[in-house]
Amino acid sequence: MYYKTSGYRIFSIFNYTLLTLICISCVLPLLHILAVSFSGSAPANSNLVGLLPIDFNVEAYTKTLNNSNFHQALSMGVYRTLLGTFVGMVLIVLAAYALSKDSHGFRSRSFYTWYFLFTMLFSGGIVPAYMLIRNLDLMNSIWALVLPVAVNVFNMVLMMNFFRAVPKELEEASLIDGAGHFRTLWSVFLPISMPALATISLFTMVFHWNSWFDGLLFITDYKKYPLSTFLQTVIVQQDFNKINPDVNELKNISQRTVKSAQIFIGTLPILLVYPFLQKYFVKGIILGAVKE
Amino acid sequence: MLLPAALVTLIFAYVPMGGLIMAFQDFKPYDGVFNSPFVGLEHFRFMFEYPDSKQVIINTLIIAGLKIVFGLLVPFTFAILLNEIRLTLFKRVVQTLVYLPHFISWVILGAILTDMLGSEGIVNGMLQAMGMDPIFWLGDGNWFRFTVVVSDIWQNFGFNTIVFLAALAGVNPSLYEAAEVDGANRWKQTLYITIPAMIPITVVVATLSIGNILNAGFDQIFNLYNPLVYDKGDIIDTFVYRTAILNGQFSFGTAVGMFKSVVGLVLIVISYRLAARYAGYKIF
Repeated sequence: MYYKTSGYRIFSIFNYTLLTLICISCVLPLLHILAVSFSGSAPANSNLVGLLPIDFNVEAYTKTLNNSNFHQALSMGVYRTLLGTFVGMVLIVLAAYALSKDSHGFRSRSFYTWYFLFTMLFSGGIVPAYMLIRNLDLMNSIWALVLPVAVNVFNMVLMMNFFRAVPKELEEASLIDGAGHFRTLWSVFLPISMPALATISLFTMVFHWNSWFDGLLFITDYKKYPLSTFLQTVIVQQDFNKINPDVNELKNISQRTVKSAQIFIGTLPILLVYPFLQKYFVKGIILGAVKE
Repeated sequence: MLLPAALVTLIFAYVPMGGLIMAFQDFKPYDGVFNSPFVGLEHFRFMFEYPDSKQVIINTLIIAGLKIVFGLLVPFTFAILLNEIRLTLFKRVVQTLVYLPHFISWVILGAILTDMLGSEGIVNGMLQAMGMDPIFWLGDGNWFRFTVVVSDIWQNFGFNTIVFLAALAGVNPSLYEAAEVDGANRWKQTLYITIPAMIPITVVVATLSIGNILNAGFDQIFNLYNPLVYDKGDIIDTFVYRTAILNGQFSFGTAVGMFKSVVGLVLIVISYRLAARYAGYKIF
């Protein structure tokens, strides 16, 4: 057996060590930030904190959560994520259901398929998009963050492929029993497609939670910034003018421990849904991407 | 049932395509799309003559090219190494952990990297402790490109490994057994069974990535760069944002963006064709 040879044993030791190191490198930055956020501000500011907190305390978190700007941004972020996921899922499910019918039952199917696919290949770019939102008077509205990204074609194709796998007999039985298309979708297709719905809605949630650029582009009133945009402005760009001229709050924001706490809170929802997401997405991706 | 999605797509995807007309106009927000004077290809000519935009296109090609090459090599190698792990639990833990960075946004990663790679950051602290000079990871153009490429690979290699692992899961185990009987050692088995099994999907991924040669990653660059590295780190997308949205040169920005969209479209169509012909790959 090959794995009993000494050459392979040496390789194995090397391999296990290397993969362990790679794994550590993937979580290390987060652990470092976590450690800084729980440390006292003196050791944090002089870069003494590695992976374990020094002078353990939760002051950074209490300060962050009491900061009214952060609060606003957090609730905007949650609101945007929930609304965006709901609107997106409704649109995607409805369209995917229609497109999952064969061209016999739905004649202009291939036209509509290309109608959607083309938007994946070509787009007007950010300038026309920006002008459009301005002309529609959607600046500073939550809809500017929800509607333009509502129809995600990639997710729609995934959903459509799942719907196609639903046995034809089930659909026919339901239609013969007198159910309309809406009823069939609701009581036959959706319950069967739970794994797909879970995967796609989790993808959509992560997408909305992480989006920041459209907030920067379409929202000019900082009070309406969702959390990602807020973090981008305050922590990455270090642009405090846009957020708050209040000196006391500014002091809170710029402290290293508080910054780390904010970063960590921004990641927390992802870390919470990740275990659930991980179970489904590998299957979903492979089904969607690789076909024999 | 198609109507809501079709309508939203019409408004938010097709109407902006009409807005591309601004690229051929001397657009004034006050006059609007209908009254601004036409200037033909003036903005495109300017784009190719203006040294800044030429440099931006070169930067984009270099950064995106490096990302494509290493973004393919690293997951390829990683999948082979992971395939050699026989402890299922270890394998599963590794997979779970390396997928994670893919789901964290560049706002968060950018903030973490800026903190860790800064002149006072923990990385330079370690370098100095080992007696080396600190490196300006994000302040020096060449190091900036290096950092951008490496951190992008770091974020995505785990996730991109999935397709290779899927290909390896489809390999018939009796091939390995037969090779074993014939006296092939593990290295030979890897060379003649594992790697050939991954070639088709590699060709697909490689050809499809050609369409991304002008996408060097707006999210990432925007969250990492600063005026010090504009000369080597500015890419088309960040350049468009600054000229068009921040400086109000709407027409010029549209023209540069349109150049990118059109070239991207042509390349995607070509690469899909190539993938279909040489790897038998079809999406639909």
